Amino acid sequence: MSTAITDIEARTQGEAGTRHGHVQLTVKELKGKVDPDWCPGCGDFGVLAALKQAIVDLGLQPHEVLTVSGIGCSSNLPGYINAYGMHTLHGRALAVATGAQLANHNLKVVVTGGDGDGYGIGGNHFLHNMRRNVDLTYLVMDNQIYGLTTGQISPTSVKGMKTKSTPFGSVENAINPIPLAIAGGATYVARGFTGQQKHLVGLIKGGIQHRGFALIDIFSPCVTYNHDNSHEFFKARVRRLEEMGHDPTDFHAAMDKAYLWGEAIPIGLFWKRTDLPALDELEPVLAEGGPLAYRPLGVSPEAAKSLIQDLM
Amino acid sequence: MGKIDLTVGIGGAAGQGIATPGDVLARIFVRRGLHLKAYNAYQSIIRGGHIFLMLRTGDQPVLSQGGKIDILIPLNQDTMDRHLKLMRSGSIVLYNSDKIGPGTAADGVQLCPFSVKELLPQMKGDLVQNTIAVAALLRLVGVEFKMLEDILTVQFKRKGESVIAENVGVARAGYDYAEAHFKPLPFSLPNTGKRLAFFEGNQALAMGGAAAGVRFYCAYPMSPASGVLHWMARHARQLGIMVRQVEDEIGVINMAIGAAHAGCRAMCATSGGGFALMSEALGSAAMMEIPVVCINVQRAGPATGVPTKTEQGDLWQVMGAGQGDYPRIIVAPTNIPDCFKTVPELFNLVDKFQCPGIILSDLLLSEGRSSVDPAELDFNVSIERGEVIGLRGDAPPVNGGYKRYLVTESGISPRAVPGTPGYVHVVATDEHDEEGVLISDEFTNPHKRRAIHEKRMRKMEGVLPLLEPPELFGPGEAQVTLVGWGSTEGAIREAIEKLAEEEGIVANHLQVKWLVPLQGEAILSILSRSKKIVIVENNYSGQFARYLRSETGIAANGHIRKYDGEPFLPHHIVDGVKKIVAGETEKYVPVHEIMV
Repeated sequence: MSTAITDIEARTQGEAGTRHGHVQLTVKELKGKVDPDWCPGCGDFGVLAALKQAIVDLGLQPHEVLTVSGIGCSSNLPGYINAYGMHTLHGRALAVATGAQLANHNLKVVVTGGDGDGYGIGGNHFLHNMRRNVDLTYLVMDNQIYGLTTGQISPTSVKGMKTKSTPFGSVENAINPIPLAIAGGATYVARGFTGQQKHLVGLIKGGIQHRGFALIDIFSPCVTYNHDNSHEFFKARVRRLEEMGHDPTDFHAAMDKAYLWGEAIPIGLFWKRTDLPALDELEPVLAEGGPLAYRPLGVSPEAAKSLIQDLM
Repeated sequence: MGKIDLTVGIGGAAGQGIATPGDVLARIFVRRGLHLKAYNAYQSIIRGGHIFLMLRTGDQPVLSQGGKIDILIPLNQDTMDRHLKLMRSGSIVLYNSDKIGPGTAADGVQLCPFSVKELLPQMKGDLVQNTIAVAALLRLVGVEFKMLEDILTVQFKRKGESVIAENVGVARAGYDYAEAHFKPLPFSLPNTGKRLAFFEGNQALAMGGAAAGVRFYCAYPMSPASGVLHWMARHARQLGIMVRQVEDEIGVINMAIGAAHAGCRAMCATSGGGFALMSEALGSAAMMEIPVVCINVQRAGPATGVPTKTEQGDLWQVMGAGQGDYPRIIVAPTNIPDCFKTVPELFNLVDKFQCPGIILSDLLLSEGRSSVDPAELDFNVSIERGEVIGLRGDAPPVNGGYKRYLVTESGISPRAVPGTPGYVHVVATDEHDEEGVLISDEFTNPHKRRAIHEKRMRKMEGVLPLLEPPELFGPGEAQVTLVGWGSTEGAIREAIEKLAEEEGIVANHLQVKWLVPLQGEAILSILSRSKKIVIVENNYSGQFARYLRSETGIAANGHIRKYDGEPFLPHHIVDGVKKIVAGETEKYVPVHEIMV
């Protein structure tokens, strides 16, 4: 079960202590300990494959990457990739990931989850991590449905959708995560589609390389519970922003494109700015001394003396 | 020389500047080497309402804020009206007669009016009366003016020479006026030649965290826990601590868990309402086996409750927080200096056993103040990180497949931090096998579930022998054994002294600090020798009494409970013990006399 892991870890042992091992990984070596338990045909397979390819292309080693997820079908992803992983509580991945990233800002932290996990129960963390511009890459496998709970509406379900919890059709409006993220302070905002793998790999690579909060909302169709927004539905409609002459540094153009929905649905990089530092770059405590997690503990005798003096 | 025991009460509305005279007096007392306890009864209002600060000092260790007031400084009529009736013969009331009328005082109470208008006709502003009153007070207890001058100079250093000179001038006027017009107390506050320090419990908890090596602190503001956040934020850059204010308490605990998993010692603090939001994540820290420390500073509940009032009402919440059985350590420090010592102790335990740790404080401890011998504030504590791999960014080569949740006899499995080459693994809040592979979904397996659940829970067996054993205080043979937990220690100790001196009742005392795991056998062996067991706790339902009974079978003979928002004063406990010993009642709920 774990031969691939043992091999690659053994090969990289020699490089322990150097930041980038020179061993070029293969996608196969990024295989996790078990195979995904997603339904055959699930879009999430495409996200997993694209993430692995992006890690290989960027020359990262398994120990340099931390994947953090919440709960839901897509949140099982950390178990399917050979990298450090945290499979946290429903909705809490971004909060946990922020703590881990600030504690060790050498890690490439990739947060993975679904639309319900991120935009529903985790909505508050989503809003605040965007404004903080935490250096995270957030991959939302957006299937516009709650799958693991066997099919109820999610925050991105289209108005009118019939599910087990809305048997007569949903009357609520959906969240549009793209303008929300642009307005919310995310500094890299993109949309991908699992039906366009190479394009998706490019978006994920761009997100990991970006210093700051990168949201990549990914159409990742649910083959079991969402028959409205299927692979075929998106295949017929998605248009690449790159081919639409879009300039991702133009805020108003990004907002305009973000609201397009219908016969043509844009995918690609909507918005990117590189003039804002990430949270860890703004934090004076991290200015020198390396990752917090590696620093020696304790208070110096001089500091202790001054702390006590303040109480007298 | 007789025992010096002086209590000053300062009252007024929020915004009248009670904190400054309180600070000045506290600093003067500890600089003379005197002991101190202070408790500020306040309300959830920024301007107005009523605040009452009690400062008690003495040449012997001060166990509680006491109950009697020797000198009252009412800063407004409201305080005079509320508290004059508490003043007994020999006591003093100092007040600004321009604004405040005296009312009817008991015989022997010395009313000491001063007129700011007559004394300092050129001075404007409300704060002048505070300075005059403090200076007059110090004259009446024989403190030389120089000491006040020194403190005022430090206090107003940032505001410049003219402000210092003005305040010293006002103080001098008050000091001289008192000398000329009022009768001093029959004793002078001695100067022992030794200097003590003083701090509030939240400072002690934060400093304990710093000593323990906390590198990541996060919180959402909530009274009465915000003092920890404020201290951490103020010292973050000096001490290299990452401090974050987070969007909600769910985010707080999860962020702390993330930082802890990456290798930092991480801590957070909140009150009961915020703690309720943290419940699920505490279980997740136990499931992923990540050490993290959470402080719950209790206030009177339920719900929003009484935000500025104290209670010990969260014991069952904390014990029951989160779904399922999981290992965790719960401790209730018993006094303010103990808050400082407990944090490093708890960090060493949670690092060793890779589980969450919870500190139960309350408003009385966290916002109360205590003197402390600076020698007791030892920052050079032992730091034991347990079985952890990769904390310096490197690690020994792994021999074969690393199993994060290796089943061991102790239940402890070596923990590798992310970023370590060779130890790649996934931690999960879903049930998992030794390698971290989920056994919750596709690969459910009752044998593996049992093995890993038992491994986790087994860790608790290792905790128990490492805890300091509970100790009986006082005479071995006693008519009554008083049992308390957490913050009530001081009031109970003082009640025992009073019972012996004033009532001829011999009592002894057991204060429980470590709540989970409970040292049940040790407690049972101590209490099995007791003639009568009375449990004292600051809640309605006897949460600790019920817990003790469920864990040890011990059913107490009497209960003294208080849930009006104010802490126990020693005489409340004395009254309860008298009634219970006389067979008048099994449960006594004292009436709080000081109205705030």
